[in-house]
Parts: sequence; C-alpha cells; structure tokens
Amino acid sequence: MTALTLSHVYKSFGKVEVLKDISLDVDVGEFVVFVGPSGCGKSTLLRVIAGLEDATSGEIRIAGDVVNRTPPAKRGIAMVFQSYALYPHLTVRDNMALALKQERQPKDVIADRVAEAARMLNLGDYLDRRPAELSGGQRQRVAIGRAIVRQPKLFLFDEPLSNLDAALRMNTRIEIANLHKTLGATMIYVTHDQTEAMTLADKIVVLRDGRIEQVGSPMDLYNNPANQFVAGFLGAPSMNFLPADRVGRDGGRTFGIRPEHLTIDPAGPLSGEVTHVEKLGGDTNAIVDLGGGEAVTLRLFGQHPIRANERVTLGFDPDRAYFFEPDGSRSRAA
Amino acid sequence: MNQARRNPLNMAAMHGALILYTVIALFPVFVILINSLKTRKGIFREPLSLPDAETFSMIGYQTVLRQGDFFLYIQNSLIVTVVSLFLILLFGAMAAFALSEYRFRGNTVMGLYLALGIMIPIRIGTVAILEMMVQAGLVNTLWSLILVYTAQGLPLAVFILSEFMRQVSDDLKNAGRIDGLSEYTIFFRLVLPLVRPAMATVAVFNMIPIWNDLWFPLILAPAEETKTLTLGSQVFIGQFVTDWNAVLSALSMAILPVLILYVIFSRQLIRGITSGAVK
Ligand SMILES: Nc1ncnc2c1ncn2[C@@H]1O[C@H](COP(=O)(O)OP(=O)(O)O)[C@@H](O)[C@H]1O
Ligand SMILES: [Mg+2]
Repeated sequence: MTALTLSHVYKSFGKVEVLKDISLDVDVGEFVVFVGPSGCGKSTLLRVIAGLEDATSGEIRIAGDVVNRTPPAKRGIAMVFQSYALYPHLTVRDNMALALKQERQPKDVIADRVAEAARMLNLGDYLDRRPAELSGGQRQRVAIGRAIVRQPKLFLFDEPLSNLDAALRMNTRIEIANLHKTLGATMIYVTHDQTEAMTLADKIVVLRDGRIEQVGSPMDLYNNPANQFVAGFLGAPSMNFLPADRVGRDGGRTFGIRPEHLTIDPAGPLSGEVTHVEKLGGDTNAIVDLGGGEAVTLRLFGQHPIRANERVTLGFDPDRAYFFEPDGSRSRAA
Repeated sequence: MNQARRNPLNMAAMHGALILYTVIALFPVFVILINSLKTRKGIFREPLSLPDAETFSMIGYQTVLRQGDFFLYIQNSLIVTVVSLFLILLFGAMAAFALSEYRFRGNTVMGLYLALGIMIPIRIGTVAILEMMVQAGLVNTLWSLILVYTAQGLPLAVFILSEFMRQVSDDLKNAGRIDGLSEYTIFFRLVLPLVRPAMATVAVFNMIPIWNDLWFPLILAPAEETKTLTLGSQVFIGQFVTDWNAVLSALSMAILPVLILYVIFSRQLIRGITSGAVK
C-alpha cells in the first residue's frame, strides 16, 4: 500500500521554479530520506506535502486520498522542524498535548498518549518545564514527542539534527531509527548530510535543483549511481573524478573511483606525491597530488605508515571504476 | 566582556555621562515640582530654591482642584490615550501580520501605502477632519479624538511591527498550523507574545504625543465635558495674567498618570527582552 504518492508536482515562487516534475511513491512503513545540497528544494517539497505551501500543479495523495485542498491539520501528518519550533509559553506536556486538544480528543486519551510518548523519549522528568529550560537535545525530543502523540499516517522531519552537536546527533539518529522500528510508521526525512541519509533510509531520494536525480536503496545508489552528481554526493570522503585519459581510456569522459577502491600498487597507472595525511586510527586518508592540477583522495584501512611528501603509485580494481559522459550521465561501456 | 568595558576609567566616564544626562533631563521636571509647592512670590524671587517655611504653599493645587473639573479632565485624557493605544496596537499588529505573513497581490504596494502616513503630518488635514467629524456628528465627543489619534499612530505601528513580525520563526507558525491552530490563534497566542518588546516601543512612542496634544482637543472636542488635561490646564494661562501656581500644579499632576502608563509598558518591554523566544 502506498502512504504517499506525488505525481508531477511543480512549485514556483513567482517566476522561480523551485520544484520540477516531482513524482514519487512511498510505501507504508518506509523510511524515505530526501537528500541534496542546500537550496535544492527539499524543505519546499516537505512543506508542499504538509500543506504549508500549495503545489503550483500536480497531485498529492496521502494514504490514497488526494489532499491538494486539505489543510495541514487534516492531512494526518506530523512534522518535526530543524529549529524545534516549540511553543515558548507552554510546558512540555502542553506542547505535546496541544494538537490533540485541538482535535477535541478525550482527556484520558490525551494523558495516555503524552505519557507514552514521554516514556519512549525519556522526557518523564521534564513534563512541567518550559522549552526555555531544556537543552537542545531535549527540545528536539519534545518536538519528536509532539509528532508521536498525534499518531500520524506520515511523519515529516526537516533536518531535525542539524542544530545538535556531533555526539548528540549520533544518539538522536539512533533514537529516530529505533522509533521507526517501534512505531512501524511511514517517515519522510530531509537532510543535506549524506551520512544521515545512508544510515537511516530504506529509500533515498537524491534531489538537485528541484529535480529528482535518482531514487533507490542506500547501497543501490552507492554501488550503482545513475550519474556523476549522485556518485559524488553519496559516500565520504567523496568519489574521486579524473579525466578518463589519465587512466588510459578514451578522452572526453570522466573517470570516477571511490577513495577506498584505490590501492598502493607499484604497477598502477597513477602516481603522485602525498600532500596531506589524516590518521583517524581506524582509517588513514591521504591526499595525493597527481600533477596537472589533479588530486585524489586515498583511503587505506587501518593504520598505515604513509607520510606526506612521499611519492606513491596507485592502482585500482577496474570493476570498481565508473565512467561518466560529458553531460554527467553514467556511461556503461568501460 | 571586553577590556574597554571593564576598564574602571571607562566605567566612570560612562556613568558620568549617563548621570549628567539624567540630571539635565530631570531638571525641568524638578523645577516644576518644587515651584508648584511655592507661593507666587517664592516662584518669582528664587525659582531654583526649595520651598521653605516662608514660601511653602499649596495654593496652586487648591486653585486647580476648585476651578474646572480637574479629575474629569484626567479621566478624559486617560480614556483617549488608553483606547487610542489599544486600537493602534490591535489594528497595527493585525495589518503588520497580514503584510509580513501572507503573499498576496499588491502586498508591497499596500505596505508602502500604509507607511506613507509616517511622512505626512495628520494636522495638514485638520480642516477636512473637522468637516468629517461635523458630518458624522462626532464633534465634542472623545471618539473624535480617539479616531484621529488611531489614524495618526497606525502608519509607524504597522511599519515597526511588520519588521519585527518578519523575524518570528516561520517554523513556529507552521507548527501551529499543523497542530490545527487557527490563524487568529497563531496571531494572538504565538506571534504577539514574541513581538511584545516592539509593541511596548510603539506604545511608548505614541503615548506621549497623544497625552500632550493640544491641537485636536481644542478643535474637535473643546466642550467642558470632553476637555482633556492639556486643554483644561489652558484656563490658567491668560492673555494678560497667568496663574503660575495653578499651571505648575496642573502640570505636576499631569505627569503622574503618564508616568504610571510608562512604567507598565517599559516593564513589558524589559520582560519581553529578557524572556526571549525559544529557537
Ligand atoms: N517562500 C519562498 N519564497 C521564495 N523563494 C523561496 C521560498 N522558500 C524557498 N524559496 C527558494 O526555494 C529554493 C529551495 O529552498 P528550500 O526548499 O528551503 O531548500 P533546501 O531545504 O533544500 O535547502 C531556494 O532557492 C529558496 O531561495
Ligand atoms: Mg531546508
């Protein structure tokens, strides 16, 4: 069953077209991540789904019903914002209860659902505090709690972790993944961070300039990118690109290889000087200057005695190499 | 804190400047207050000295309270000021919200039109306003003053408030919409509390000119029962003789109500700043 269907959705602000021909199906229980660089229209797409912006054209269905003319509160959705957007004058309890009160739910139902959400998110001790008295992580949990109590058909998250520090971000990411497992709910999650996309998603939607570039599972996109943009966007450190004639293939095209698929190989086709080494303990990353303004990142597993200013020769597994046409599309012929 | 601000010499200079300014600003008020408690001779012989046993007199206050209906004047001034401020803030905030929140055709033009009033003094239209009030049968009512002051205060209120409302987080308003709050609830419960400092600023800016205005009360509502305090005090200023005791006493008493209003608004202002919005 589909939880959300978008067909040919366009959105313009005045003359600026922000979303172009977006079509997408999301199955019930799926965790879908919209990912793309800043300004590519992810938040706008989410707001169109929520009903906070009207689509200029195209159709939006939630659980089978066309909702183009339905106000946000009646769409069966809940949204978590990057800036938390908690009501400053209400306590944590009232922040979570407000939507249910607006729906005129019975008092005991409201109390039960708030208690349940508070238990899941460890917010029991803070129910009587105001948002100003909470830390960033706690505020974001309250915002998530406010979404949970509504038992929506569709959860929408707009970069919920980008205001948190790195350690907290990881914890909250795991919490959201667990939440998805426990609730079995359909979730749509927007981020510009490819790590979040790779770790959370059942299905990733890569957006660029208001267009869908590719849809697929994380490993699908990683192993089989449809074009140079997707190949370069997913994976960290990102894929190396070189003119194909550097590796002895016909010119014009671009050669792509991920840092972990380069190896130190005295018989390899690429050689250059190490300019920078990052030792992370588990991995060692090195930047190798190949001359002619080209450089590649090399990722070696474990701790490696490579040093800056050393000359190295690099090889790669041809099965792991990608080639792209001048227009950026993937070229299948090796 | 940076070095400059912690430096004791700078601190002393800063406080010195502020104290000097306070003294200069309060000096006229102080002179009015001490002289309102002196005899006429005392006022003219030594205007800057404190009242002593010889010059102390309550004659000014007695005259003011005996002549004219002083408390009615205060009441009129209070009604006109408070109701006008209320209407300015209510309509100004609503217009500002619409201009900053909704995209509709003519939004910018409308904003400019509403702000135009800042540059055009309303007194230019006095004759037309008087004719209008006569037609509407509003001459010699407090409503004539309230309407004029509301119109006079709205442009600046819309201008300042819409600037502040643009800064209120979109996410917060959108969260309210998703939770099923009406636009009115979003406006009154979410947005207004967050722009309270701006509201207090607008209130303070408008309050003093309205309270002190002599022009419109004289033209639109000079009747005995609608006189405002400023107009009522004019009876003591004659063409040939001025009853200075009475004038100074009336002025002293007129300071008190505005002072109370000011304290109320400025406390709001400070509370708004310190409580802060939750990001
Ligand atoms: N209300 C608006 N009016 C005009 N342009 C907008 C509006 N909202 C977003 N945009 C434009 O749409 C584009 C996409 O914005 P957004 O969806 O916020 O990007 P993202 O969330 O992917 O960073 C941006 O170029 C932005 O300037
Ligand atoms: Mg965004």
